[in-house]
Amino acid sequence: MSTATALAKRSHEENWLPILELATQEVFEIMLGCQVKPAAQSEHKPNPGFTAMVGLAGALCGVVTVCCDAKTARQIAKGMLGETPDSEEQVGDALGEICNMIAGNFKNKLAGTDERCMLSVPTVISGGEYRCHSLADGDSMETVVLLEAAPVAVRLQLKS
Amino acid sequence: MDKIRALIVDDSSVMRKIVERSLRQAGIDLDKVVEAANGAEALVALQSNVVDLILCDINMPVMDGLEFVRQVATVESAKGVPIVMITTEGSESHVVQALSAGARGYIRKPFTPDQVKEHVLPLVGKKP
Repeated sequence: MSTATALAKRSHEENWLPILELATQEVFEIMLGCQVKPAAQSEHKPNPGFTAMVGLAGALCGVVTVCCDAKTARQIAKGMLGETPDSEEQVGDALGEICNMIAGNFKNKLAGTDERCMLSVPTVISGGEYRCHSLADGDSMETVVLLEAAPVAVRLQLKS
Repeated sequence: MDKIRALIVDDSSVMRKIVERSLRQAGIDLDKVVEAANGAEALVALQSNVVDLILCDINMPVMDGLEFVRQVATVESAKGVPIVMITTEGSESHVVQALSAGARGYIRKPFTPDQVKEHVLPLVGKKP
């Protein structure tokens, strides 16, 4: 069985959601100094002001996205910078880095995955008038955390 | 070493600011900070700037951090300058590649100011 096939099989058999949740919580705690907990997804859907994406390629193929409203994205940027961001570009840059760190932290926690899985540089979309059609057609999982009561959705979509 | 001249290489301007702040929080007295958004820009920056310390991401467009570290060895003014990788790439193979290429330290993102202290201070002649 190839490495890619083995990982795709593992993604079906193992519950990776707690790993994604932990990876997300650690990034928020270390980079923003705030503790976030998973919230009920059905009750908390973010308005997509900003969406950051990081691709996974190699043994694990797919995409990690982080989505939140514009105010929350600015708050994340402010928390990282220690000062008010001076442009929308800087807000997107900050959210892209959060997504990048969550994706990296997630794959580093999956034993046997990190050696053969590469990350893309982040892409960030601002605004909500879009539909994302990922070629990642396998399993997907999502965690929503609350940052001062505002939802931030972190989603992993895998290619089968 | 008292005042430090640092080169920070990362495609994210936000991360460059965070790294600079972390160096200051670690007690490093920064005399000058040169920024570059990728390895190619950093090599150009080294032609006109002498630095004491380089902090470098791995995943960047144009020229990635591992290639940059390999090429720094050919820049006369940068020979012997300690390079610390700061990256989301946490695999053992990336660490080995970076250290083999000439990096002296490796910090995984997300990182704490204490990790910067631990990995960077000894390289600039200070105790963590």
